[in-house]
Amino acid sequence: MATVRVQEAPFDIAAEQAALAEGRVDVGGIAAFTGLCRADDGIAALVLEHYPGMTERALAGIAAEAEARWPLTGCTVIHRVGRILPGEPIVLVLAASAHRTAALEACAFLIDWLKTGAPFWKREEFADGRERWVEARASDDAAAERWRQAV
Amino acid sequence: MAMEILYFAWVRQKVGQGAETLEPPAEVADVAGLMRWLAARSPGHAAAFAQPGQIRAAVNQEFCPPDHPVRPGDEVAFFPPVTGG
Repeated sequence: MATVRVQEAPFDIAAEQAALAEGRVDVGGIAAFTGLCRADDGIAALVLEHYPGMTERALAGIAAEAEARWPLTGCTVIHRVGRILPGEPIVLVLAASAHRTAALEACAFLIDWLKTGAPFWKREEFADGRERWVEARASDDAAAERWRQAV
Repeated sequence: MAMEILYFAWVRQKVGQGAETLEPPAEVADVAGLMRWLAARSPGHAAAFAQPGQIRAAVNQEFCPPDHPVRPGDEVAFFPPVTGG
């Protein structure tokens, strides 16, 4: 059972973890990945744009793929959009399972696939008013491809 | 029936708008053909589609290659490679 959300507001990691375990005793581990905004090259902020409608569909599809590949009791993907300052969280991925291996692998899969398979775009804003769109990285494609070959 | 065309990120900035409803001629049959037709609409469109290899597309909210067909009633989006996460 996947939870997928796109939102401007920050997220509460503890509350999201608790939701995955609430009312059940078969969850042995919850793996978590939190992506934060770095101040690369002295950026003042990141502005995240997305494709409303397609984003939610893409994230739900990626979560369904994780649930098909690993015996998860649940997973959560929350991605923020809008203006995000250095140090603030951007994305949260949680994967819960009876055992750690499935939770850890599914968590890595979710963030790797999200980076290349969900329609988000980052624009960097600098203090002097300059702005620059972040370019896609070949290393992200390679990370996602690793899971395609693992099928 | 028309197509809903959407633009995101720097493609949107160069085109100068985020969405437009258009009726391409019948000979526009696929994503690549639609990009060529759109490029002739304005200097902004031309700038956005100057290097088609840098543009990705989605038809009805699914990622699609340039040879994917487009039909009246489709929602077609153009954007740079994604950079979320």
